[in-house]
Amino acid sequence: MTSGLWELVIKGIWVTIQLLVLSALLAAAVSFVVGVARTHRLWVVRFLAGVYTEVFRGTSALVMIFWVFFVLPPAFGWQLVPMWAGTLALGLTYGAYGSEIVRGALKAVDPAQQEGGIALSFTPWQRLRLILLPQAVPEMIPPFSNLLIELLKGTALVSVMGMGDLAFSGNLVRLALQESAEIYTYLLLIYFVIAFLLTRVMRGLEKKLKAGVGKEPTREVQVPQPVGGGV
Amino acid sequence: MEWDWSAVSDFMPQFWDGLLVTLQALALGSVISFALGLVWALLMRAPSRFVRWPVGVVTEFVRNTPLLVQLFFLFYVLPEWGVTLSALATGVIGIGLHYSTYTMQVYRAGIEAVPVGQWEAATALNLPRVRTWQVVILPQAIRRVVPALGNYVIAMLKDTPMLMVITVLEMLGEARLFAQQHFQFTEPLTVIGVAFIVISYLASLLLRSLERRLVR
Repeated sequence: MTSGLWELVIKGIWVTIQLLVLSALLAAAVSFVVGVARTHRLWVVRFLAGVYTEVFRGTSALVMIFWVFFVLPPAFGWQLVPMWAGTLALGLTYGAYGSEIVRGALKAVDPAQQEGGIALSFTPWQRLRLILLPQAVPEMIPPFSNLLIELLKGTALVSVMGMGDLAFSGNLVRLALQESAEIYTYLLLIYFVIAFLLTRVMRGLEKKLKAGVGKEPTREVQVPQPVGGGV
Repeated sequence: MEWDWSAVSDFMPQFWDGLLVTLQALALGSVISFALGLVWALLMRAPSRFVRWPVGVVTEFVRNTPLLVQLFFLFYVLPEWGVTLSALATGVIGIGLHYSTYTMQVYRAGIEAVPVGQWEAATALNLPRVRTWQVVILPQAIRRVVPALGNYVIAMLKDTPMLMVITVLEMLGEARLFAQQHFQFTEPLTVIGVAFIVISYLASLLLRSLERRLVR
């Protein structure tokens, strides 16, 4: 491969990383808002959050991307920059998966902790912020780590829309060189390295957060929950 | 927002074709991933680490890289190696291989959940190793993991639209084709979006009832 083509690939890596970071932030925000809303005391809030989760988990990420790129613009009369459209589609979809993680971790906190907060007359917001989340967040890190890898794999989908991410630049290089095996091997290796680094970072984060509440990080192998599992 | 019901009814014949292809890909992909995942899981329990180590690395690699790029790899590289398959076959192999690296861990958890007393009883009864697996361990392990495997089928359903990129005309492929021919994007894309939600919701209901019957 010539240096010009490598430059293309490096640009692709940069776009992929930008998209990964932005959509991970949006997904995290959505996960927490929807996940906490699913434990709300008003049934309307719980119901709406549940509908959101079912709808966005039920549809495919790629269909979602098509929808955001092709249906939103004529429907609302504005068009998003590809980067934001990609972020929106991925963030909303993976946020729905993440909200299940948040809900599960909040439910797993010992109920006595919640009751203790009520006895000390904390407001619901204080209970959430000072009692529930500090204990629940460290438990969320391993499943979130798996979800982040899924999101990284999901970013490749935007290449279908012609956004110049890593997978897209790989396709361009293939057209230029006509050597599929070599190029796709490089692509897969680059994705694997990024995924590996992400896992490391998340493991470090888990260790740090768990040390804050006096726990050891889990050593056992996590069975990744299927993204979009229905049950 | 303009909604054109006649576009929906025009799209319907193509939608059914696409649905059929999607379900075919899903069924075949599931079969491959269930079978191959079991093979990986058994190989990971091999006594020699010269078996375990390569299997571990390969499956980890496949699990952590995008299915989309893997599909491109299979679609463009296999013909270079002299293997020509139809696009659907390539896609089914790709999706089955990708998900086998997930089902493998499900099987592994299922096998590890079989009580150790079962192994000891098999040894005490002098059952050969193959028989132990066939009649003692696997029947118990697989029963436990069926709901988890079902979850992966639903996950797989949502990855079938990726087959579109290697020219398979499944639901999304048909929708895109229709959209380009008639220049109507809203209706076909919304129809298949709703179809995905409905199918995965029904499948999850089915799974929940299956889970109640199998896992006690």
